[in-house]
Amino acid sequence: MRAISWIAVNVFKESVRDRVPYNLALFAVLLIGASFLLGQLTAGQDVKIIKDLGLAAIAVFGLFIAIFIGIGLVSKEVERRSIYSLLSKPISRPQFIVGKYAGLVLTLAANVAVMTVALYAVLGYLTYIQTPAARSAWDAPGVDPRLLEAIGLIFVELMIVTAIALFFSTFSTPLLAAALTFGLFIVGHFNTDLKNFDKIVDSLPAVWLARGVYHTVPDFSAFDIKTEVVHGLPVAAGYIGTTVGYGFAYIAALLVVSVLVFARRDFK
Amino acid sequence: MSAWRGRAAGVALALALFGAAATLQVARDRIYSREQAQNRAFLYVQSPAVLRRLALSFDALAADVYWIRALQHYGGDRLSRDGRQRYQLLYPLLDLTTSLDPYFTIAYRFGAIFLSEGYPGGPGRPDLAVALLKKGISSQPDNWRYYHDIAFVHYWQFQDTRTAAEWFRLARKQPDAPTWLEPVAASMLIEGGDRESARIVLQQILNSPEPWLQQMARRSLLQLDALDFLDRSIRPVIARNPPPPGTPYSWQWLVGRGAFPGIPIDPANVPFEIDPATGTVSVSPRSPLFPMPRIGSPQ
Repeated sequence: MRAISWIAVNVFKESVRDRVPYNLALFAVLLIGASFLLGQLTAGQDVKIIKDLGLAAIAVFGLFIAIFIGIGLVSKEVERRSIYSLLSKPISRPQFIVGKYAGLVLTLAANVAVMTVALYAVLGYLTYIQTPAARSAWDAPGVDPRLLEAIGLIFVELMIVTAIALFFSTFSTPLLAAALTFGLFIVGHFNTDLKNFDKIVDSLPAVWLARGVYHTVPDFSAFDIKTEVVHGLPVAAGYIGTTVGYGFAYIAALLVVSVLVFARRDFK
Repeated sequence: MSAWRGRAAGVALALALFGAAATLQVARDRIYSREQAQNRAFLYVQSPAVLRRLALSFDALAADVYWIRALQHYGGDRLSRDGRQRYQLLYPLLDLTTSLDPYFTIAYRFGAIFLSEGYPGGPGRPDLAVALLKKGISSQPDNWRYYHDIAFVHYWQFQDTRTAAEWFRLARKQPDAPTWLEPVAASMLIEGGDRESARIVLQQILNSPEPWLQQMARRSLLQLDALDFLDRSIRPVIARNPPPPGTPYSWQWLVGRGAFPGIPIDPANVPFEIDPATGTVSVSPRSPLFPMPRIGSPQ
């Protein structure tokens, strides 16, 4: 456990050295700039659009961090040959993989937390400058605690992307890993179509194949409750709970496969 | 020191080059106007289904972008001075916006206002406005505002008070709908000349638990009585008893002639007023029934 936390902290420190936190400044500038501009452009929908923009930006910035750091987690160590000195220490390969994963999740958590605070600060300001009459026309309060539900699911989605990137990183080049991770991210958003394949195709094997792919490919569309939250529509706690449970199970499965693949690699 | 000078010279050179680029840009735009090309409106993806897929999980943000585009398109065409008010992309843009975010209430409601505006202030397509609002109802059937807005489109654009009244009553039936929708429906019916339907609606409002609504319904029923009384018992009598040339219309003359047993009074016990020149009879401004609703021909 100590080895895992040691590796995780080092991954976090390395991401800080790699200037990952710069994206936080970009996020803040984006939101503040948008909040000033949108009031002129959106016919009174600035709070709704700031929420949409903020949630989308958290997802996009997180996605880039997860993919572009995740793909280098293992391959970079191999390229630099630092993997030899690392594995010669009392660190097992599973500990190495889990530690690397935990480190990137820690980086993502810190990023998402800061972006969430920035989003709430901008929403708080917009709420403060609005009249009570204007506020009463909003679908949901400006500073809405329910945004955390959407952000929580975005975070679990990013954790899955990180696990996918790490998995590909254990056996392929960074470029290929990035392409495969991004490809799976896109396919994962079309998952609902695969689920409903039987409605457009009569062939039973094709339907079974589609259903198999549906259960194998990560179901990213399920993590998207941004629209519901922004409009103040109810999202069942059970739905969030089962989706988070699905996410954790999927991550655990990916980490196990990553460990298995990495354990078979020969670094001689 | 020389390294510092070298950096400063580099920064100065970069700034000078950026300045030169901006100057050339200004000069080019002044000489070769690209306004026509820039103003040409494009909508590359017109299929909501395709766009929903392309947007991945960012469909709400894409909806915001299309909403801003719809506003810019409407405002740009409306304010344009070159007579290019065509609004040809307004409905497709609003359709995309509301397909990407089916709960975007303002896009349905403002969009319907833009669409129903008569040309050149808008495309003059109240049919599309109603279609957009009906799309809103299909995604949020409990939202009374969409029914209310359809009623207004029927009232203002189609001048169809009966259909407007039906939509107002539908709006009132939705959860959390305000109570004032019912009297508005009644007013529509009165204005459309359908006094019997209006009377039924007003009788129902009398059962409302809210005192202000009951009071409003009582007053409206008295106004209906006044209208009926004017149409059945006063106007025909005046038409049958025109004063001789040079004599103005007056109650004194009509009562003296025996057309009326006394000066007719409205249901609030205030005498009606008669116009000396035309003989038009109306409710007195001193009456609590004044002002009377706008009315159409009785049906």
